[in-house]
Amino acid sequence: MQEITFTLNGKIITVTENPSSRLLDILREKLGLTAVKEGCGEGECGACSVLKDGKLVNSCIVPIGAVQGVDIVTLEGIRDTEEGKCIIDSFAESGAVQCGFCTPGMVMASAALLRTTPKPNEYQIREALSGNLCRCTGYNMLITGIQLAAKRGEGIW
Amino acid sequence: MDHNLSQDFIHGRIGTPVKRLDAVEKAGGYAKYIADMDFGTVLFSRLIRSTKSRARLVNVSIPPLPEGYYYISRKDIPEGGENRLHMITDDWRVFAEDEVRYIGETIGLLVGPDKSLLLKLESMIEIEYEESIPAFTIDESLNLKGGSIYGDDNLFADYHLQKGAGNIDSVFSGSSRIIEDEICTGFQEHVYMETQGMVGFFEDGKYVITASCQCPFYMRKAVAGVLAVDLDKIVVRQAVTGGAFGGKEHFPDVIAGPLVVALHVIKKPIQIIFDRKEDISFTAKRHPSRIRFKTALDENNKIVGMDIDIAINAGAYQSCSHIVLQRAVFSINSVYDIPNVRIRGRAVATNTFPSDAFRGFGAPQGIFACEMHMSHIARDIGIDDVAFKKYYFTVTGGLTVTNGTIHEDVKLPEMLDKILKASDYERKNLEYGKGNGRAISMSFYNHGGGFTGDGEKEIIKAKVRLKKHSNNQVSIYIANVEMGQGFQTTCSKVAAKVLGIPLADILYETPDTSISANSGPTVASRSMMIVGKLVQTAAEKLLVDWASDSEHTVEVDYVQPDGVEWDGNNFQGDAYPAYGWGICAVEVVVDPITHEVDTEGVWTVHDVGIPIDDLIVHGQVHGGVIQSLGYGSLEKLEIRNGAFYQNTLADYIIPTTMDFPSIHSDLVENPYEHGPFGAKGLGELVFDGAAAAYAAAVQKAIDKKISRIPVNPEYILSLRRK
Repeated sequence: MQEITFTLNGKIITVTENPSSRLLDILREKLGLTAVKEGCGEGECGACSVLKDGKLVNSCIVPIGAVQGVDIVTLEGIRDTEEGKCIIDSFAESGAVQCGFCTPGMVMASAALLRTTPKPNEYQIREALSGNLCRCTGYNMLITGIQLAAKRGEGIW
Repeated sequence: MDHNLSQDFIHGRIGTPVKRLDAVEKAGGYAKYIADMDFGTVLFSRLIRSTKSRARLVNVSIPPLPEGYYYISRKDIPEGGENRLHMITDDWRVFAEDEVRYIGETIGLLVGPDKSLLLKLESMIEIEYEESIPAFTIDESLNLKGGSIYGDDNLFADYHLQKGAGNIDSVFSGSSRIIEDEICTGFQEHVYMETQGMVGFFEDGKYVITASCQCPFYMRKAVAGVLAVDLDKIVVRQAVTGGAFGGKEHFPDVIAGPLVVALHVIKKPIQIIFDRKEDISFTAKRHPSRIRFKTALDENNKIVGMDIDIAINAGAYQSCSHIVLQRAVFSINSVYDIPNVRIRGRAVATNTFPSDAFRGFGAPQGIFACEMHMSHIARDIGIDDVAFKKYYFTVTGGLTVTNGTIHEDVKLPEMLDKILKASDYERKNLEYGKGNGRAISMSFYNHGGGFTGDGEKEIIKAKVRLKKHSNNQVSIYIANVEMGQGFQTTCSKVAAKVLGIPLADILYETPDTSISANSGPTVASRSMMIVGKLVQTAAEKLLVDWASDSEHTVEVDYVQPDGVEWDGNNFQGDAYPAYGWGICAVEVVVDPITHEVDTEGVWTVHDVGIPIDDLIVHGQVHGGVIQSLGYGSLEKLEIRNGAFYQNTLADYIIPTTMDFPSIHSDLVENPYEHGPFGAKGLGELVFDGAAAAYAAAVQKAIDKKISRIPVNPEYILSLRRK
């Protein structure tokens, strides 16, 4: 067991865990952050996407020992912010949400994209979502959702 | 796309899009899926499964279990209970008996409080088998390899049909040319993003199961007999469901069986949630198929008869395979009216994991085979495939393979005009030619809505209940689930429009067998067409006696529309009351060196009657078409030594954002008089055709006959080397 201190959704926290435990399990089971989903457990589907120092990572393949001193943001940390609301509403209005299981990861991938590329073209959007699988939408409406968010949220990223 | 997401649909077109009722809850991560719900202290569990395909179970040796840990097996089934799941057929066992028939068959359930200790205990269980020779393929099954698995011929179903009264043999002997073909499709995994999962517990003396599922009433029926209890002793509640596609139609029953037996013994909350590898390795898949055609042509190269042999791999238990086979048989001429057709259809038993429902339910296999065969005939006689197929389009009054009649207005010519224009087909087809590495082609398809024949009337008998509360809000009590397809929103729109009240005042009550009216399963493209219509009728009744500030409940039952004639013993008459129709065009470029395919464009036109919500309908089109393109190109799933060889998302590949371009999706409106506001079925139709359009485009680009999917670079290389 090891003490690990990191920033989670803007607050500094310390957990005592086996350093090889998955960040995903600590977030979901110990900290109750269930917006982070487990889809595959091997870094292929992106349902468990979180931001680690602003970069999109799959929390199922990040050991908790590797987050010492870093900044972790989950959907719970951005859903009430201006940027989070902009993406969520744009998804809702574009038909980007079907079964919804991939959607939290898609919102995180969109936030990571728009922070670095506020006016992405379609190819940049496709690349940014390429690590996040969706089986319902065929991706069309996720892409139009991000385009709508980029248009509406000009200046907030 | 119209982004006007207001309540305009109440006074204007019903299709005017609204913001989905579940969208913000899901996108914001507030929605609680089964793994997110809090049931207090739960016990975890691991299914103990057969590692052999075909064997006698000699001995199961369980290590000494610490206190609080349990091994549950068929010996724990209470007296009077049956070791059978009451699915469509009741042959699938809860726990294996003296023999195992496939890798993954449930032998027991290990239950306890600590997940890692469970894994350790699982590894200490020793199972002794006496193996025999398994049969995995359709041919091995038909050749009775290792002796028969089922009956004396391995046939769960063997159907013989003939269209028309002619003598098929003399049609063939009098023809000028006979073209033979064999078309094959493989397994397909659903890859719902949320894996299978459920939690069981006791509440008020009843067994409660909260599950990710499509059919709560199916699950209740499947397990009540296992415990020998009345149906109302079992309560099934649907949890927010992260995709299903048919994979959560019957298969959850296979988990619920062992779960209720464990609950009976342990009497504490128990959770079963699969990890992804378990889910791909040990859940049901789409049936593989092998379909053979013999088609007779006259001296003008006109089709005068077809002789078709359909075989599907049902796996080790029948479950619903005979019904899947029926869909494959009824879809085998796609949208074409062909004279003198003889069909044999067989569902064969093998020692693979039992195959089961998957979006399309046999139709995708039948339609893929038909579309490719028609394109092969066109190649052989030197006519463009689209021109050839168009000649055989069925029309209103056209005859189906079951000698039934197409009653509705068939809009295929109008749809074809639209897609020809949108895709610039004729110019491109002429310019690209054949075998030049770039090509465009099309597929045509239809899908009957609802259960086959009189199944809605005789088997399902749907009921719908609406309750007006004193605050003037209205609750809808039905069994049809929201699983991603948008039904919560679309069925609420139907009620809101009839009643003229805001969408926010319609309360879609999450299906729960203790409170919902049994409107039947969420399958067979029936939810909107059948149940949506009942919601409309119930709302109209509610309106008649509408009195402000008082409570009022109405319940309505399904009534079969007049004019649908069906003989279910001989499969004669109208197999479906109405069809959705579709055309898909795909343009591809095939790399001459790597044989990789770039899809340059995808166009579709569909007739779904009247769309209840434009955004939701186009969303279904996009998702279904991409899933079908995955089936046609990427999704290879093999059996090796009896097990699925691709069993993670790293090696079972589904489409990402980088694989296909955005889809151009168009609709024609064609109101169906017995559907709510004119709507027909949709969810499966949009899966049925794209794989064939993709394969036909690659076929033209490389000028080689394509006879199976997935069309991956390895297959293209093997064709080019021929």
